[in-house]
Amino acid sequence: MNAQASMNDIILQVEHLSMKFGGLVAIGDLSFQARRGEITALIGPNGAGKTTVFNCITGFYKPSEGMLTLNRRDGSTYLLERLPNHEIPARAKVARTFQNIRLFSGMTLLENLLVAQHNKLMKASGYSFLGLFGFPSYRQASAESIELAKHWLEKADLVDRADDPAGDLPYGAQRRLEIARAMCTGPELLCLDEPAAGLNPKESAALNDLLMGIKATGTSILLIEHDMSVVMQISDHVVVLEYGRKISDGNPQSVRTDPRVIAAYLGVDDEEVETVLTEVGDEDVIEQLDTGPDSAHGPGNSASMMAGPVSDSVEHADEGERVTVSKGASKAAQVEARAAVIASKPAVPPATESRAASARPAAKKPAVKAPETKAAATKSSAPKAKGISNRLDAPRGGKADSLIRIKGIGPVNERKLNEHGIFHFDQIAAWKKADIEAAEAYLAFDGRIAREDWIGQAKTLAKEVAAKPATRGGRK
Amino acid sequence: MAATVSSERDAVATPIQRAFREAFYAGAISLGLFVLFIGLRTDQNISNELILVQRWGLLALVVAAVAIGRFLYVAYAIPAMERSKAEKAAAPAIVAEPGFIKRNFNKIGATVLILYPIAMVLLFGFQGSLKWVDNFGIQILIYVMLAWGLNIVVGLAGLLDLGYVAFYAVGAYAYALLGTHYGLSFWILLPAAGAMAAFWGIMLGFPVLRLRGDYLAIVTLAFGEIIRLVLINWREVTNGSAGISGIPKVSFFGLISFNVSDPNYIAKVLHIAQSGAYYKIFLYYLALGLCFLTAFVTIRLRRLPVGRAWEALREDEIACRSLGINTTTTKLTAFATGAMFGGFAGSFFAARQGFVSPESFVFLESAIILAIVVLGGMGSLGGIAVAALVMIGGTEILRELDFLKAVFGPDFTPELYRMLLFGMAMVIVMLWKPRGFVGSREPTAFLKERRAVSASFTKEGHG
Repeated sequence: MNAQASMNDIILQVEHLSMKFGGLVAIGDLSFQARRGEITALIGPNGAGKTTVFNCITGFYKPSEGMLTLNRRDGSTYLLERLPNHEIPARAKVARTFQNIRLFSGMTLLENLLVAQHNKLMKASGYSFLGLFGFPSYRQASAESIELAKHWLEKADLVDRADDPAGDLPYGAQRRLEIARAMCTGPELLCLDEPAAGLNPKESAALNDLLMGIKATGTSILLIEHDMSVVMQISDHVVVLEYGRKISDGNPQSVRTDPRVIAAYLGVDDEEVETVLTEVGDEDVIEQLDTGPDSAHGPGNSASMMAGPVSDSVEHADEGERVTVSKGASKAAQVEARAAVIASKPAVPPATESRAASARPAAKKPAVKAPETKAAATKSSAPKAKGISNRLDAPRGGKADSLIRIKGIGPVNERKLNEHGIFHFDQIAAWKKADIEAAEAYLAFDGRIAREDWIGQAKTLAKEVAAKPATRGGRK
Repeated sequence: MAATVSSERDAVATPIQRAFREAFYAGAISLGLFVLFIGLRTDQNISNELILVQRWGLLALVVAAVAIGRFLYVAYAIPAMERSKAEKAAAPAIVAEPGFIKRNFNKIGATVLILYPIAMVLLFGFQGSLKWVDNFGIQILIYVMLAWGLNIVVGLAGLLDLGYVAFYAVGAYAYALLGTHYGLSFWILLPAAGAMAAFWGIMLGFPVLRLRGDYLAIVTLAFGEIIRLVLINWREVTNGSAGISGIPKVSFFGLISFNVSDPNYIAKVLHIAQSGAYYKIFLYYLALGLCFLTAFVTIRLRRLPVGRAWEALREDEIACRSLGINTTTTKLTAFATGAMFGGFAGSFFAARQGFVSPESFVFLESAIILAIVVLGGMGSLGGIAVAALVMIGGTEILRELDFLKAVFGPDFTPELYRMLLFGMAMVIVMLWKPRGFVGSREPTAFLKERRAVSASFTKEGHG
């Protein structure tokens, strides 16, 4: 790799960035690069740690680990994690905007832009001493700064309101003003935190124009955005985060078709994921993605913010692999695991697949997730996933036994077992080793069935039921 | 025309009835409230016994005043206000051109201040003008200077400082000590006292950099008390509660002295009659000059990046940091600049009094200065000057209201009620103008036209 070329090419290099708040890992080992003159978008679901990355880059947080290297156009290099907060805009020329707009609302638009040129003017005014006596050098600098402010007001289409208080502007104009204010610091890297949030389509289009104009001046942009139309239209490079980890990195097209991204970010709903994937044409993934409720976190909807917190993964850190994803963590991890299963055992017939997968010791931890989600899929594709031998299509006599009487089975697991055709104690009593493995896989229990002797419990309960049938009401 | 008259009669008939009813209720309530307060009074007679003095006449007077007041308010004041409101709403919305006084407020104010001692001398003669120039003029100007200094910290930078009197004390003691021990002149000691106070401003600033809001207020309050207690207890240097006396008078740059014994005493130089009023008038103009200096520096600083940074800090500190503004130095410069003007005021105070003691630097002073800043409208120099005039001049004028003794009896001392009136005035002003006399903010730069920023957009700062 040509070091010199990369130096000039890459404006921001994030290496192994981690940010921990107590036990919570907001960002875990994140590495990416932003190239000079490009718009790099940082996307991900809510709570993925995007703003935390921004706060680390702009010095509002000191990262727990990692290195943030900024290469300026003149060849100087700054390690952002070592610079004090206010020196990052002043020396490293990184400017930012905020998710919740932070304007100086009681000051006029022009004043807002003049405050942004503070350091330059401070020098020109001889740290106030020359300016106090009205030296001409300060007057000239002051006139220049007003010219620059006027330039950016024109770019942001706000010049007519230059003498109005910033708090008086409509929301979209405030967003543009905040960007103009950041640009008045003369940045080389502009970090925008959700600039299109809350904008109507017209304002959003105006914002796109403004950003393209800024890009044309040679300023690199790092962008957090939820509005996919903005991201896909203007960004050159997209980095996708989920739970503080990078799950995808590439140009907008490749990210758009990345199944992990679809699952994690666009995949608000399972059905939607399926449609998206059908569009993309990834049949394998569709098949594997057909998931049921997440066992580890109850029968919630599968919006990925419901899934496991990042801290789940801390316990796996000793497995030698840095980027580990917890059992119940994320949609993206699920997809990854499915992909791994498919890759390693493409010929496994669907009926035995889950058993095989769970038995495979070499599988990554997330692989456990695979059969679990797979098994849940029976609700839509019943004949395919027959993990357990003695399934029933419906409870005998229309009435199921109350499986929660077995110690270790709660209402959630009971419902899951019911979904897989297990309704009666005698069914559990008749389980063989393979059945237990399959059941453990989709309930995500490791050896608990044996440990708690479900079979034994079930046998006694089955006898009880047989002795006095239908006295004890089961669940319908 | 006839129609309007009849409708008016209908409209008036009800308020009158209501007014009678409400007047009766108000009278009853005030009777219940005041029957023990005013109607009866405990006293001791000549043989030292406790006796009950009955004052039914006074009670009747008060109750009648309340009832009549309520009657007039309900019957006439409320309809009149509603009518004027309706008229205003009906009238086409004309943007009122600010009147001549409003447009030239600053110039008129400065002219009045400059001509004030001359007018007083012409009206009352040299000896008679003493009171008006000294008690009113100089006293008010000192508070104007203090409030303008505090305005930098509280009004511009939004840092609530309850211990501002500490810097006033530092300035005064710096002048008093250096003046009495080394005999240095006022013109050397003035900047020295300012620098000393600014130094202590930074000393206070460092520990409170990370504090905001209530916490900042409490720490600054404690700082003010610490300085006062040091002044009381460090007897070897400050002479404790006894204070320092014999502080040298200010001279006119050493050319003209105001000590009668000096060869260059003003009366001898100018060949005029001896009078103490010359010194007071000189001090008045000195205070006025210092006030103008404070105003000039404040106005200039506001248009400099540091002043804009102060205001930006008040509006949003995090945004400031994101723009590369060093908030630490910005806060410290605000503290130091504000403290410096406090020090100037302090050294002037010491020179004028000729005597300083810790008694002059109690928390009440801080509170009064802060009240002036808040009443005037944070950040506005004109409003603050008016507030100082009202607050300090108002309490001073109460001493002059001797005619009240004719009404309330010879025991009545209006000064005793000044704190009560002070509080009432503050409540009224805060109800009437919650952001102070001048709530709007003058922008420091403009592209096309300078338009005042309404108070609803500006923030008070977080601490």
